[in-house]
Amino acid sequence: MSTLLELAGVSTFYGAVQALKNVDLTVDEGEIVTLIGANGAGKSTLMMTICGQPRARAGLIRYDGAEITDLPTHRIMRRGIAQAPEGRRIFPRMSVRENLLMGAESTGQRASEAEMARVFALFPRLAERHAQRGGTLSGGEQQMLAIGRALMARPRLLMLDEPSLGLAPLIVRQIFQAIRTLNRETGLTVLLVEQNAYQALRLAHRGYVLVNGAITMAGSGADLLARPEIHAAYLEGGH
Amino acid sequence: MSQRAPLLDAFLSALVALGLFAPMVGLETTVGVHGIVLVPRPLAVAALVGAVFVLRLAVRLWQARRPPAPAGAGAVRIGRAWAGMGRFLVPVLLAAALLMPWVASRATIDLGVLLLTYVMLGWGLNIVVGLAGLLDLGYVAFYAVGAYAYALIAENTGLGFWSCLPAAGALAALWGITLGFPVLRLRGDYLAIVTLAFGEIIRIVLLNWVSLTGGPNGIAGIPRPTLFGLRFTMTDDPGTFAGFFHLVPSPVQRQMFLYYIILALALLTNWVTLRLRRQPLGRVWEALREDEIACRSLGINITTTKLTAFAVGACFGGFAGAFFATRQGFISPESFTFMESATVLAIVVLGGMGSQLGVVLATLIMIGAPEMFRALADYRMLIFGLALVVMMVLRPRGLVTERKPSVTLGRGAAAIPAALIAEGHG
Repeated sequence: MSTLLELAGVSTFYGAVQALKNVDLTVDEGEIVTLIGANGAGKSTLMMTICGQPRARAGLIRYDGAEITDLPTHRIMRRGIAQAPEGRRIFPRMSVRENLLMGAESTGQRASEAEMARVFALFPRLAERHAQRGGTLSGGEQQMLAIGRALMARPRLLMLDEPSLGLAPLIVRQIFQAIRTLNRETGLTVLLVEQNAYQALRLAHRGYVLVNGAITMAGSGADLLARPEIHAAYLEGGH
Repeated sequence: MSQRAPLLDAFLSALVALGLFAPMVGLETTVGVHGIVLVPRPLAVAALVGAVFVLRLAVRLWQARRPPAPAGAGAVRIGRAWAGMGRFLVPVLLAAALLMPWVASRATIDLGVLLLTYVMLGWGLNIVVGLAGLLDLGYVAFYAVGAYAYALIAENTGLGFWSCLPAAGALAALWGITLGFPVLRLRGDYLAIVTLAFGEIIRIVLLNWVSLTGGPNGIAGIPRPTLFGLRFTMTDDPGTFAGFFHLVPSPVQRQMFLYYIILALALLTNWVTLRLRRQPLGRVWEALREDEIACRSLGINITTTKLTAFAVGACFGGFAGAFFATRQGFISPESFTFMESATVLAIVVLGGMGSQLGVVLATLIMIGAPEMFRALADYRMLIFGLALVVMMVLRPRGLVTERKPSVTLGRGAAAIPAALIAEGHG
């Protein structure tokens, strides 16, 4: 398997505050990799740094063999990276269909009906509500819409920032199942940022643990799940 | 609610009315023998205060008798009504606009030209504020650039209105981009402040660059537009409109011509906006208004999106400015004050941001009503203020708040009033 995304020694700062410390991370083609950690550990910052906002002050980010560290955000996204941002951030006054079309905007191609059909097949709920305003959807549907919107760009790497945030366990299972299906059937590479460590590690092939901006542990999903320190730190409280 | 509450409330309202009306209505300045004297008018004040008391009491008693409607129900009902009305209101308004000059008086045509100028400005600003969500308090700057561009080019090159019009639009668009660059990172209040300053800068430059713009004296003798080279004058030479068509020369002909020019320009603005809304560019503008961070996360180029919104909006402002210059024949920096920006912005906001029909209705209320009620003299602005307050109470998000999706399949979405949908936070 070839490496699709590689971060080498990446450090990110917000002003004088260092948010990421010398992070090394790789995502191989066709993998689901999860990044778990507590609130404020720097998970979202890591994802945003890959997108070039904020920029890495040190280190290299390589995607598909080419360096993308200093590219403008829209150029990075145009290379086949798509993300469903934290808090879903769908467009509330635009219809489901329009929201999806926005996802295909950055590719510069005409929005493809085939792509939309694939999204609707993956999330039939969205098909039912295609003409409804985004803001009137339930939280779970909005998350489906955010993922569907990201898929419209036909990405090779899909980055999801806490898709389980604020959703009922049943909906979380549905969404994680959809991610698994996508990965199995289309070979889509997924980088999943999660606080819901148990679900994320069960889904992912590999995982990284981020503590205070530094990677402290890495390994296969099953491996990390079995470690007692992971249990103590992230899984207590019965998931 | 106790029995006394409505009475107390009405009494307080009457007290406020007394405070307001006592100086505004109660004292009249008249020219006496030894200069201006103040004449008290206690009866007029008493009548007004009494009316406020009775009306407020009636409203409160009426409210007390009816159980409160569930939240949002009214908004839905009004929203539906507007959506249904829009379908036939648009053709009716359009037909009225097309036929009006044939039946109306000169004064009415003049008012029509004024209204259409503001409709066009409103539609132009609607691109920036309504669609792209960029709060622009300096829109008058582009209006001024267009007007001065036409006046100066025409004066120095001898070109006519139609040749200068594209140049005026292009120059305004250029200034739109010039404004756009420094404000790319700004949003909301901060953007408003900078655009406000930009409008003032343009006006002050026009005022002080005397060698080019004539400063406070302005530019006079701006050429009038021609119809395929036919001039509109009070003679019937072969080169004039009246002479060519063997008509009796009349000033109404030129007025009708001006009316149809601004109508065409306004409809062009509307057509381009409606077309763009269905194009990716227009959709991206709307997405930008909804959530800028989401746009970034989707890999949308924010820079070009904002700059195109500023440029397109400014371009139509420039067209309107060129028309203003050719209609007036004289321009000076006095015509391009902040008040104009505020009026146009008020039209867009009152109309319901992003709604094309809303802009028209708001213009009729904002510009048309004060003109029509000129006969009411001193009470004109009072009624105008009252109308605005009533509108803000009944339709806090503007007259037309429904947003039609730009893509639909089959039946399309039911109109949902904006009041029921959360605003995006960017």
